Amino acid sequence: MSDVSTAQGLADPAARKALMAEVERVPGAAKPDPILKVDKIVRRFGGVTAVDVEHLEVQRGIITALIGPNGAGKTTFFNLITGFDKPSSAGQGAAWTFQGKSLNRTAASSVAKAGMVRTFQLTKSLNRMTVIENMLLGAQGQTGERLALSMFRPTWRSQEREVNEKALGLLERFKLLEKKDDYAGSLSGGQRKLLEMARALMTDPTMIMLDEPMAGVNPALTQSLLGHVQSLRDEGMTVLFVEHDMHVVRHISDWVVVMAEGRVVAEGPADTVMSDPAVVDAYLGAHHDTDLGDDALLEDGVIAGLEEEEKQRNEEAGA
Amino acid sequence: MDQIFFILQSVVGEAIAPATAGVAIAVIGLNIHFGYTGLLNIGQAGFMLLGAYGMAISITKGLPMVIAVLIGLLLALIFATILGAPTLKLRGDYLAIVTISAAEIIRYVGRLASLEGFTGGAQGIPGSQYSGPFRNLSFFGSGSWTLSPFNYETLGGSTAVRLLGLLVTIALITVTVLFVRRTKLAGVATRSPMADGLVITGLVVLSLLAVLFTFPQTLTRTGVDGWWVRGVAWTVVLICSLLVLLLVRSPWGRLLRGVREDEEAMRSLGKNVFAVKMQALIIGGMFGALGGMVYVLASTVQADALARQITFFAYTALLLGGAATIFGPVLGTVIFFGARILVREASRIYVPDSIIADNKTDVFSLMVVGVALMLLVVYRPQGILGDKRELRFHV
Amino acid sequence: MTARVAPCCGDFQAEGETHTLEPITRPSGTGRRTAAAALLVGLVALLLAPLTVLAPPAQAATLCIAQPGSTGCINGTVGNRTNPVEGADVTLLDENQVEIETQTTEADGKFAFQLDQAGTYYILVDPDSLPDGLEIRPPAKAFQGPDGSIKVDVKLGQSQAPALNVRDVDYDAGGAGFGEQLIQSIAQGLRLGLLLALASIGLSLIYGTTGLSNFAHAEQVTLGGMVGYGLCNVLGMNLWLGIVLTTLICGATGFFQDAVLWRPLRRRGLGLTQMMIVTIGLSLAAQYAFQFFVGASQKKVVVQNFDVVTIGPISLTGMSYVAMAISLVVIGVVGFVLLRTRVGQATRAVSDNPALAAASGIDVDRIVRGVWTIAAALAGLGGILYALVVSNGIRWDTGMQILLLLFAAVTLGGLGTAFGAFVGAIIIGLVVELAGPLGAPGDLKYAVALAILILLLLVRPQGLLGRAVRVG
Repeated sequence: MSDVSTAQGLADPAARKALMAEVERVPGAAKPDPILKVDKIVRRFGGVTAVDVEHLEVQRGIITALIGPNGAGKTTFFNLITGFDKPSSAGQGAAWTFQGKSLNRTAASSVAKAGMVRTFQLTKSLNRMTVIENMLLGAQGQTGERLALSMFRPTWRSQEREVNEKALGLLERFKLLEKKDDYAGSLSGGQRKLLEMARALMTDPTMIMLDEPMAGVNPALTQSLLGHVQSLRDEGMTVLFVEHDMHVVRHISDWVVVMAEGRVVAEGPADTVMSDPAVVDAYLGAHHDTDLGDDALLEDGVIAGLEEEEKQRNEEAGA
Repeated sequence: MDQIFFILQSVVGEAIAPATAGVAIAVIGLNIHFGYTGLLNIGQAGFMLLGAYGMAISITKGLPMVIAVLIGLLLALIFATILGAPTLKLRGDYLAIVTISAAEIIRYVGRLASLEGFTGGAQGIPGSQYSGPFRNLSFFGSGSWTLSPFNYETLGGSTAVRLLGLLVTIALITVTVLFVRRTKLAGVATRSPMADGLVITGLVVLSLLAVLFTFPQTLTRTGVDGWWVRGVAWTVVLICSLLVLLLVRSPWGRLLRGVREDEEAMRSLGKNVFAVKMQALIIGGMFGALGGMVYVLASTVQADALARQITFFAYTALLLGGAATIFGPVLGTVIFFGARILVREASRIYVPDSIIADNKTDVFSLMVVGVALMLLVVYRPQGILGDKRELRFHV
Repeated sequence: MTARVAPCCGDFQAEGETHTLEPITRPSGTGRRTAAAALLVGLVALLLAPLTVLAPPAQAATLCIAQPGSTGCINGTVGNRTNPVEGADVTLLDENQVEIETQTTEADGKFAFQLDQAGTYYILVDPDSLPDGLEIRPPAKAFQGPDGSIKVDVKLGQSQAPALNVRDVDYDAGGAGFGEQLIQSIAQGLRLGLLLALASIGLSLIYGTTGLSNFAHAEQVTLGGMVGYGLCNVLGMNLWLGIVLTTLICGATGFFQDAVLWRPLRRRGLGLTQMMIVTIGLSLAAQYAFQFFVGASQKKVVVQNFDVVTIGPISLTGMSYVAMAISLVVIGVVGFVLLRTRVGQATRAVSDNPALAAASGIDVDRIVRGVWTIAAALAGLGGILYALVVSNGIRWDTGMQILLLLFAAVTLGGLGTAFGAFVGAIIIGLVVELAGPLGAPGDLKYAVALAILILLLLVRPQGLLGRAVRVG
């Protein structure tokens, strides 16, 4: 671990800029202090290659955005490295490590335990449970979750109280405190996104992976969500997020990775990467009328997400 | 009026029968599977049969009662592990198909003529071969006894007294149900769970007394099908309900509901979903096995008596009482078996033979069960005790 | 609390295994066990405890009670103690081989003849009325009558119980070698498989297009047999016309089921799990409705028996060949429609992704309606053919008995793929029929199929032809 990546150092934009200044602007560039390294990860659905990443590193302590046109394989890539899907190239050189620990054969739950926690494009709130129960589930290492001890309240009562305190604190921060006894299913889409992010934070992650955190969130909430993401980074957390909206990307990300047709086609800081010919090519070549910076896309995010899902399913079915 | 009392008398008799208690325990297990964890186990009758065989065969081979019960539970544990291992990582339908198939396999094997030495083949194991050690534990004494000793007959036995008793009974049961629903609706943070619990207990006891005042039951104290077996059976039901209460109000219970809502989300939070589901399947299956043992205590271990229908009845009872509620399974089972007798007897007495012949009233009552199950799922999926708000959100 | 116990008389007790027709026994016995019969009957009686009213087991042969000096009886059960044979035609002949009376056994396998003259009589069981592959075990030399009949000496005031045990046709017969037996079983397996395929393709299509595991599908199979029984047996319609009409009527029930039940439920947004429980309720209701309206005994679709046609080592009834041909043709047509027509393409599109199909202009509701109709029609056709050639009649629970085979077939092939269901059904049919010759006890042949299903899921959870489901 390098000393430049201490939490205090990276709250300062200049420090982040300096840190990434030396990094080559090419796909698969080496980072000063990578928290996540991915090698030769390929996922095919039938004959269609959804993901084919040769090498990728994610820098510790900054916000990295993963962008790309629909069907570029961003979500599939997320699924692969978080253990929700298995690469077709398993056993053929596919390897990825998180904080130096290999995750090749790690189940999704263990990936989360290792400190890499994700959210989902289509929010997965536990609808028939209350907001506070959703939060409590996020806490790790609960004694009361062990079947043998669960019946003996004294063994877990004090821990439950601590976890509860922590959950209330996070809910307050995400402005969900007054909803704590409501069913999660009764929240609005944006509130559910917030809840999902807060719940992920209950696990005390080292790195948080957000799959389209702004999709479906109303513009008023977007600003506060962005604020939350930035403050996470300032507290020392590594953030990797998938996003369609270039405005958001430009606003908060320190580094941008562009994917197209399953491959990483470009890397670089947000302000320069968009002018990369490979990126322009990827977007225009993908037959999508994506205006690279239109706020209206905020609203369309969900639809775009659905389209992407359907497209992938199609590819799978057509094969 | 006498006919109505006659019907209700038999309804109460059925409702407190040991077999009803046995099914109630199995439904408690099913509630852990289906109600809390969302596992579609359609082979609960298989667990029951396994428990019953395990206990009965062990006793006939000379093992002590306690060991026999443990063997029955152990069999359920092994069975659940075998069924769960291949299916719990797959979509829910697979568990459904595998559990129902496995339950049938157990039944077929139990009926095998070549295993007559163990299972008694299709005739099964008569109760007298295994219920002796259980009856020997009784401290209820001999002779017969009426519950409750204070009943409408001690007050003169007039129809008016009985009618009054009936009205009081209905009122008390209604109040109890409403009260339980209200505490449930108050959500997780009930103001004083202890006080609520005491009130509910008090109301339940009062209701029971009112029922038995109006419809007193006279049975042998210890006989094959007497008060001893009922006392033990319903005590076991009570203990099981309390166990489930402790389990589901713990963080472990929270895990179960989380898995029911969304497995992927649980994985993303670092929870081992497979392990949680396996634990739930095993625990619920062991309740099923225990239920099977209670079910056969006063009768016979016979493979066909614990066939698929019992599982379907269990689902009906569970949905009737309210899935994912603590007392729903017991309430649902009691009402289910009571109502079945009610339908059968009412159709026998009040519907002319030309429409429903006497020998078809039983089939008719079962037909009603099927229709009731459909209507229940469609129009009142939360059952009697469930929370309607929970159902507004689809997973 | 009293239990009414059926009367027992002398020799009857030995044969007294009652196969209870009560679908569920709620035992709460009183421990009387003077005889196994008494216990079982008592159990059934106590089913209705604490009332004294007992629904008598439906239509068992009236037991003959011999009166000293005036009547003699022949009571017995076709089959063995644990597995009575239903639908066997038992004929009573006098000493000159002249027919006196014929009875067809009900589910309990019992028959009873009352005679007012002592003397020698012969009992003959029509071999064609026995289920395929079974024959009456020949009695000891002293009791053998002509043409495979069994000699009974009747004395007044006594009840005789001739043994009419059954055994597999090829049981130590010596004539048929293991190889031939295997070929015969394979033929039977293909027959069963093709009929299962008719029903399971529909099950699979419903699953594919709606995601619903329809537990009531087997009742559609029973319905086919029942309608066939009503048309051909009760109304005396021509068999071929009856088969066609049955298929149409069953298809119509599918259509209306979707119109009045499933579509409204889909509209309500009822979850799939809830829908599945609705199908369980429907299955229960339908089973008991059959029992309520048609009765608990086996009903034959046509009265006459079909001749056995032997081709090489294979002996099946002529109707079996016809049924197999019909199944093949119908399955072929369904396959063609699915693969080569626009409707078929639309159906497969809905299976793949309903939302996308709807977006691309396919009327999903119409497709699903069509699938329900076709599925019910296929199941009905399968049902009437099954009743004709496999189970020798139809009973309220015929469908229930093959439900698990249908699910096994569909799961084996891969949930939701029609072609997979076909392959799965053939495999299941073969497994069931080959289990016997290959050493599994006869009672377990269904269990073997289910065990194979469970084992397969361990190795290849997506089924033989299914594809792995993408997660996330």
